[in-house]
Amino acid sequence: MPIVALSEAVSNLVQPGDTVALEGFTHLIPNAAGHEVIRQGVRDLTLVRMTPDVIYDQMIGMGCARKLVFSWGGNPGVGSLHRLRDAVEHGWPAPLEIEEHTHAGMAAAYAAGAANLPFGAVRGYLGTDLPQHTRVATIECPFTGEELAAVPAMRPDVGIVHAQQADRDGNVQIWGIVGVQKETVLASNRSLVTVEEIVDELELRPGGIIIPAWVIDAVACVPGGARPSYAHGYYDRDNDFYVEWDAISRDRDTFASWMREHVLQAVAA
Amino acid sequence: MSFTADEMMAVAASRRLTSSSVCFVGIGLPSLAANLARRTHAPGCVLVYESGTIGAKPTLLPLSIGDGELAETADSVVSVPEMFSYWLQGGRIGVGFLGAAQIDPQGNLNSTVIGNYETPKVRLPGGGGAPEIATSVRDVFVMLRQSPRTFVEKLDFKTTRGDRVRVVVTDLGILEPRDGELTLTSVHPGTTVEQASRATGWGLAVADDVTETEAPTDAELEALRSLETRGGE
Repeated sequence: MPIVALSEAVSNLVQPGDTVALEGFTHLIPNAAGHEVIRQGVRDLTLVRMTPDVIYDQMIGMGCARKLVFSWGGNPGVGSLHRLRDAVEHGWPAPLEIEEHTHAGMAAAYAAGAANLPFGAVRGYLGTDLPQHTRVATIECPFTGEELAAVPAMRPDVGIVHAQQADRDGNVQIWGIVGVQKETVLASNRSLVTVEEIVDELELRPGGIIIPAWVIDAVACVPGGARPSYAHGYYDRDNDFYVEWDAISRDRDTFASWMREHVLQAVAA
Repeated sequence: MSFTADEMMAVAASRRLTSSSVCFVGIGLPSLAANLARRTHAPGCVLVYESGTIGAKPTLLPLSIGDGELAETADSVVSVPEMFSYWLQGGRIGVGFLGAAQIDPQGNLNSTVIGNYETPKVRLPGGGGAPEIATSVRDVFVMLRQSPRTFVEKLDFKTTRGDRVRVVVTDLGILEPRDGELTLTSVHPGTTVEQASRATGWGLAVADDVTETEAPTDAELEALRSLETRGGE
């Protein structure tokens, strides 16, 4: 499993039309990897993420996505994602197909994908309007007769996550809030992990999880790669930026010029 | 001490928690209410944030459900699939706080769209944890500012079931289900039954024994304000 430059990892792993999951639940959001996908102009993606936030707002606004699979799409603690809303409400810059789930449904779908099972089962969805508008089915438990919602397994073509550390062989350690990163890597056909630093030897942290190199396709060292989200033990969440994003993203032109200056013209890590 | 409508909401909700409550909290007013309870009458109250932090004890209000301080102060930090499967659906959490864009007389909630689903007028964030919270916890507490746009006879979209809603705390009063319909059981100081009815998009049932909510005490307000004071921010 090679340690490569981010640009090389993205061009090798992410193809137009792919289903791509960039995960990280409030922590370690792989923003730098998302920016590289934008810079490489990869289109027609089905983007998967439990909590599409600023990075998916940017990818959608830049026209990378054909479809979004998600469970909660907002700017946490701030409000709406204006680029996501513009795509759904007005089809700008392109119409966006939506497949929405609940958090438990997405988590069960990733876990089923990692386990190579066809579906996950949850108790939500039933009795709501969600089943009419998304991919779930009602099943009956063969043992108890209880009705449950079956959510199809999530099997992305590419899973991308950010972690604190990798060793020189590409074994990865994540600690703090570990989210759904391990499931994303294991459920995906190909995977990319960006890390804050490469260390000679991983020293196990309390609550840390190790993802072994042999289930990862590429590791790229991208210090600060989670900004404006945070990396536990490295840097804090840039709360001000999340507030500023509301104004930047509200207007199409302001958004486009911000992206030109801060993403398109930025040099890849 | 004088107080704001938000402070009244946080205090009224916090009083429903006890030292044996285990509650699932989101950011904003629910987090304020639950942290206030821990600081005042319910020090044993266990706070669970959906990011995977169980037993978090933040000294200041978190700005996101994934703040590092939640992980640092938690009894345990678990993955998201574990949180939703073992802890939430496993029935370990008694109280779930929810908000929404719309609520109907049965306590059903909409956090998905305003208008038509396919061509929405407003695309909202979506269900998130709410649909399973509402079917997994024993008691759902809703916190929602009251207006005819929010308290509607018929939801534009039913995201979350209302069968376990036990109380709705608003900026004007408190509603509780009586015979399957949300009923005004208390109005906050300075508010009238008439005001609460006008702010409801259906003919609001009013309990015969409707009372006035006890105003926040000085101790409650001081605890609340100290939680919100973030150094340098």
